Amino acid sequence: MSKPYYDAADLRKFGKITEWSEELGTKFFDYYGKVFEEGALTAREKSLIALAVAHTEQCPYCIDAYTKDTLQRGITKEQMMEAIHVGAAIKSGATLVHGVQMMNKVNKLDG
Amino acid sequence: MATKSLKKLGNDLAQSNKQIEILSNGIFKSGELPTFKDKISETSQFPIKAKKLEILQINVGYMCNQVCDHCHVDAGPDRKEIMTRDTMRQCLEVIKNSGAHTLDLTGGAPEMNPDFRWFVEEASKVGITDFIVRSNLTIIRANKKYYDLPEFFKKHNVHVVSSMPHWTRGKTDKQRGDGVFDKSIKALQELNAVGYGMPGSDLKLDLVYNPSGAFLPGDQAAMEKDFKKALMEDFGIEFHNLFAITNLPIARFLDYLIASENYEDYMYSLVEAYNPAAVENVMCTNTLSISWDGYLFDCDFNQMLELPVNSKSRHISDFNEELLEGRNIVISQHCYGCTAGAGSSCQGVVA
Repeated sequence: MSKPYYDAADLRKFGKITEWSEELGTKFFDYYGKVFEEGALTAREKSLIALAVAHTEQCPYCIDAYTKDTLQRGITKEQMMEAIHVGAAIKSGATLVHGVQMMNKVNKLDG
Repeated sequence: MATKSLKKLGNDLAQSNKQIEILSNGIFKSGELPTFKDKISETSQFPIKAKKLEILQINVGYMCNQVCDHCHVDAGPDRKEIMTRDTMRQCLEVIKNSGAHTLDLTGGAPEMNPDFRWFVEEASKVGITDFIVRSNLTIIRANKKYYDLPEFFKKHNVHVVSSMPHWTRGKTDKQRGDGVFDKSIKALQELNAVGYGMPGSDLKLDLVYNPSGAFLPGDQAAMEKDFKKALMEDFGIEFHNLFAITNLPIARFLDYLIASENYEDYMYSLVEAYNPAAVENVMCTNTLSISWDGYLFDCDFNQMLELPVNSKSRHISDFNEELLEGRNIVISQHCYGCTAGAGSSCQGVVA
């Protein structure tokens, strides 16, 4: 019987990475926690950025975590979807802007 | 959207013992998650003991004009449990003689009790410092006979605390029913018009936010900022404070968690967010909840679970403040709802 690579319940075990490398794990989680604190950006803005990036990274754990986090902050589903579109626009833009490279090459080889 | 209470529907979860069974079995029985007792024992906080009584919360009946999806009371128009004037008289005696500085009326929709106005008039004479009525707002617009409630509240200097799940129509109506948002906005504007919630006004108007689904409330101060900005920009509405309250896994919210397969994840979220500092100030340590038929409970949630106070004084007719002080609070796994994150109480965060 095959098992899926991703198990939603594994997200709860994230903290356990510290058990096999305590110093680095602890430093990571301290850093992570600090990043999401209220700063020049609000915690709410950071949560929306995280949600968009979770999608461009296509990390299922992050998507679960930041969907819940944005809901907890009272962010509406319309706002969540718009944030994902920002991520998608950058992803597609990043693909398409390379079209210029293709055009340059075509012009050089076959101009 | 629900239209009937679990009780009316004959749902198993209308029985409090069934709810306690669910909260005691499964992931808590197998040891996958620690019971609340074990968890608070880790920090030597078991048993939780009642301190000096400060708040009397009286549930004047389970009847309500709304049938909200997540109601912990399982309230609705079909609920017939209503406090009688006789029991109210007994409550008034206790209010006069107890050291409590806050009186907190809740329901159901407390305004639907036929003796509500009489009770408010009598209670306001007793000289309590803070007299709260938990109003669902829509009741003010439900029927002509309630239209003057803002003036009535003002006359008796009642502190109005109202539920408002979100500043958008969609999220509000999803939880509380179609049309609830528009009626709530109108009611808030009417409360503002008589002076409630205005900056510097003594007529206190606070809002209660509780999440619309299987997630915990966000930071209370940040939510308050968002609510204030949106309600002012969109509707010109003012209010004083926002209380962020966690949904406790009982009654209709428990039914929803189980039906939507969110129960285990939700309990994990509550346990992971457990905060020992919140245990120090849980509301059961300074509050007593009185049911429509005069029985005493550590909180409104225990009332719904029919877990009576652990004291010889169990009914308003034999109320004894000395006996009740220092009593051990009756706990179960639902208590995790009040100790998650910054904690939760009928007055918002506690830690």
